Amino acid sequence: MSEQRKAVALISGGLDSLLAARVIQDQGIHVEGINFFTGFCVEGHTHAIRKRDQNKEKRNNALWVAEQLGIKLHIEDIVDEYKQVLTNPKHGYGANLNPCLDCKVFMVRKAHEWIERKGFDFIITGEVIGQRPMSQRKETMPIVADESGANDLLLRPLCAKNLPETLPEREGWVDRQQLFDFSGRSRKPQMALAASLGFEDYAQPAGGCCFLTDEQYAVKLKDLWQARGSRDYEMDDIMLLKVGRHLRPSQAYKVIIAREEGESNFLQGYRKGFPHIKTVSHGGPLALIDGEVTEQDVQLIGRLVARYSQGRNADEVVLAYTDLAGETRELRVDPMKPHEIPKDWLI
Amino acid sequence: MKRHQIDCRRLLCPMPVIKVQNAIEDLPAGTLVEAICTDPGALNDIPAWSRINGHRLVETRTDDGEYIVVVEVADE
Repeated sequence: MSEQRKAVALISGGLDSLLAARVIQDQGIHVEGINFFTGFCVEGHTHAIRKRDQNKEKRNNALWVAEQLGIKLHIEDIVDEYKQVLTNPKHGYGANLNPCLDCKVFMVRKAHEWIERKGFDFIITGEVIGQRPMSQRKETMPIVADESGANDLLLRPLCAKNLPETLPEREGWVDRQQLFDFSGRSRKPQMALAASLGFEDYAQPAGGCCFLTDEQYAVKLKDLWQARGSRDYEMDDIMLLKVGRHLRPSQAYKVIIAREEGESNFLQGYRKGFPHIKTVSHGGPLALIDGEVTEQDVQLIGRLVARYSQGRNADEVVLAYTDLAGETRELRVDPMKPHEIPKDWLI
Repeated sequence: MKRHQIDCRRLLCPMPVIKVQNAIEDLPAGTLVEAICTDPGALNDIPAWSRINGHRLVETRTDDGEYIVVVEVADE
């Protein structure tokens, strides 16, 4: 009896990786999934934070896909290593701060290291030529294979017939005739294949599974790098960019103001690391101050935060300001009027 | 039965899942892993991860704004 071959599939949670894994499973290959957490994955975070989204379904699509396929899923934390990919991408960025090609190379490289460690035979991705403008083009397919070091151990079952034979095909572990020749941006071939395999419910992230493709998020990240004078970040930074209104009245600091109760609760967890302001006399948001502030700045921030409180039309709003040392004192301010907030403060 | 507690407070999914996964890698079968989380998504994600990786979900509960998930480590 021939040895059962083993493959690891990059599982994003979308339809393509689901299909790629299933067609290889159907050829008798033992498949396990791998999913990478960069810190910029959209899934569930805003739902987890915002109160109005608390009742929305909180499904991790990668886990859901693995469960549909009946395969194990290994989730890898690559937050620290990913900094190098994001801050210095060899192939540059897409429309926003998305380093899609470098990202794909990096993930396939990590998968290659993983199969070497675990004794697996090859790697599967759901890539389709022409599906994505930056990372899934005819010219980029060999770049991913070469620069990741995976070379011909990287099999793309959905478009394999449009690409040179890989080792699993040459060795007969996988029958090339049963693979596909999908290309282009149309989703119809994938949807037809999904229907033929009995998949009716699947996620359609359409490239929207990464905050780095989001214009607003990219603007905030660029602002962070500019203000700090370096293209660096910590996990807390990238989480906080997902929450609240970000206003920068000065190059020296910005203010993060919760937009609703869920965001205030989330920001509470960060209070000890930041000077912060909370409205006392009226209902109002919690605001964190990121940067260094003078006494004059504190007064201005108090007036700004009061503007976003229920006391916005009152003559006076009382707030509590807590500095980094944990000392709290009272502020009494007149809330800013809308015309006093320059548009360019809002990041 | 040994009990191993993991503090996943303030972590958003999938970090609680990753912490449970990494802890289980080094724990013997039969150990109970208790994850204390503040992201309600953990109530779905840790059980889902446990199911697909063959570990047994023992309990999920909500306690004063925290979400607690207990998993029993299975044999390899």
